[in-house]
Amino acid sequence: MKPVILWSDALLFLLLSGVLAMVWIMRHRDWLREPWAKVWKSKLGSASAVILLFFLTVGLLDSMHYRERLPAVAGQEVQYSGEVLSVLDWLMTRQRTQVEKTYSAPFATHLYVKESMTGPDGQEIRDYPPLKYPGTHWLGTDKVGQDVFYLSMKSIRTGLLIGTLTTLVMLPFAIGFGIAAGYFGGRVDDAIQYLYTTLNSIPGVLLIAASVLVVQVQIEAHPELFDTAAARADVRLLALCLILGLTGWTGLARLLRGEVMKLRELEFVQAAHAFGVQHLRILLRHLLPNVMHLILIAVVIDFSGLVLAEAVLSYVGVGVDPATNSFGNMINGARLELAREPIVWWQLGAAFVFMFMLVLAANLFADAVRNALDPRDNTGAGRKP
Amino acid sequence: MLNYLIRRLLYAVPILLGVNLLTFALFFMVNTPDDMARIHLGAKRVTTEAIETWKAEHGYDRPLFVNTQASGIEVISDTLFVDKSLKLFAFDFGAADDGRDIAREISQRMWPSLAIALPTLMVGLLCYLSFALLLAFFRGTSLDTGGVILCVALMSISGLFYVIGGQYLMGKLWHWFPLSGWQTGWESWKFLVMPVVVGLIAGIGDSTRFYRALFLEEMGKDYVRTARAKGLSDLRVLFRHVLGNAMIPILTGVVVVIPRLFLGSLIIESFFGIPGLGSYTIDAIQAQDFAIVRSMVFLGSVLYIIGLVLTDLSYTWVDPRVRLE
Repeated sequence: MKPVILWSDALLFLLLSGVLAMVWIMRHRDWLREPWAKVWKSKLGSASAVILLFFLTVGLLDSMHYRERLPAVAGQEVQYSGEVLSVLDWLMTRQRTQVEKTYSAPFATHLYVKESMTGPDGQEIRDYPPLKYPGTHWLGTDKVGQDVFYLSMKSIRTGLLIGTLTTLVMLPFAIGFGIAAGYFGGRVDDAIQYLYTTLNSIPGVLLIAASVLVVQVQIEAHPELFDTAAARADVRLLALCLILGLTGWTGLARLLRGEVMKLRELEFVQAAHAFGVQHLRILLRHLLPNVMHLILIAVVIDFSGLVLAEAVLSYVGVGVDPATNSFGNMINGARLELAREPIVWWQLGAAFVFMFMLVLAANLFADAVRNALDPRDNTGAGRKP
Repeated sequence: MLNYLIRRLLYAVPILLGVNLLTFALFFMVNTPDDMARIHLGAKRVTTEAIETWKAEHGYDRPLFVNTQASGIEVISDTLFVDKSLKLFAFDFGAADDGRDIAREISQRMWPSLAIALPTLMVGLLCYLSFALLLAFFRGTSLDTGGVILCVALMSISGLFYVIGGQYLMGKLWHWFPLSGWQTGWESWKFLVMPVVVGLIAGIGDSTRFYRALFLEEMGKDYVRTARAKGLSDLRVLFRHVLGNAMIPILTGVVVVIPRLFLGSLIIESFFGIPGLGSYTIDAIQAQDFAIVRSMVFLGSVLYIIGLVLTDLSYTWVDPRVRLE
């Protein structure tokens, strides 16, 4: 066994350790901890957090990769399989390897399509042949006989990665440009406003499509850079996150700009100026902490949108690599199945239900976070004039 | 007013130039015309001659910015940047990779797109605002709570599900409408209904919740209390005062997208076989036809800027305090 660290794995674990470090810092600071305690105390907040934690665990298990050692051949160096597996694959070995011939319904004992077989009396009959592994496929199997439950679990990691890594790319731009535009005003503001109006004016899907096409061409032109198919798919996934991040920072930047323009006129900032505090210090010490709640809220709100966007982009053909397991690819592969007679519903159903659970949990969690962090409570939930 | 419009239009020039530079950098510098030729010729072992012929056929065989072989003004003008990028400003989109004129295609295909997108927007606005007003009127009751929960659930469902599910139910199971296709003239209505209904349902959760939050924000303001104290009925305050004052944020979101309706929706048009600009774009993306993608990016930016100007104009219409100087 040889561990393999893909770029996305490394970034995901880096992000996780960053979050853990933040939690460690917040441990003894009540004013930082208190809003999160509020999230945890609300019913919807804690329930959705538990569901998200489950998805996160699956995603992390699926991010620990290794390559299996091939059976040793005497007199040869040790060889490793070209297939990259993860701990989740290992845990689900049964579902992964028990492959049927083609479609079978959830918990079925027989295939979904009739085949010609030889009956017990030697006659040619057409019937549903029995499955090789009857009753083990909780969500049925797809066209090539793969277990749909396994495919759905594998898709979780892609959704999580797109939702989190994109934010990682987006935040520096949104924070840097947004705060600088609001604080300095004048020429700086004009330049940054020009930048984001230009980016905004391009229809989002088209800009993403254009960039992904370019990346795709570049990956195809340099096949020598990637030693496994998994590495190539991984770079494509990261490129997608990068592109989504580079095109998606304008909304938050605009919000921060407006907020900083207000804060800049307040007494504590003016006082800091009067004391001769440097710009950078004012930005970091006085302004950034005061817009932190907006940033956190934007991060959790963006997450669900990005998970949904992945499906649409993969459908259009500018999403993740077609070989990567993702909800978008599952839906894309299954979209003609409702036109079959009789219909095959379980693959579409599984993809939509898993996505729905993930996105609903994320949306509810985002609401709880917004209620706890934003004292003004923009949704107006539970407020009566 | 006229001054204002002229200034806004002048401001559009640098933005469009920026958009052009960005797409030009993506499609001609990161991705060279050689790469483009290689994709279209397909096989990995293409010869250099084949690439050169393809480039010559499609007019990509010139330098990017400066043509050292030409003389006079042609040093600048006979280059890819001027020919492929600056010509877009004259809405001269050139030919697609399959040889068809892009401008002609656009002028034909924008109408089916508009026929789907405009009713979706208008009927949608009416429905969403009514739902939001209803929820806001019954704020704090179980109707409101249930409505908000429903909205969150609806907005957590992938848009693809609405399209696939709607097409299956209305088209295949109930046989209400033809599954997909298009006809010119008034006969096209039966192909219109399904995409519009699906588009409406897909937007319900998000928009209703957004508008409800807007209304509640307005309802917390002092003028509402004053109006109620004068003895006006709840309904009258809601429709006359709250709705009127919430119009500005509503318009900000709506007017800016109106010109873009011409571009259509990628997913809906491709599922329902509508020959609009959305399906044109998606076909171009899948065929990696960069000429079409570049034209659509430019067109999208132009329409967005028109939308921004229209938004400002609409403010003067709903809010007499706003004057454009």
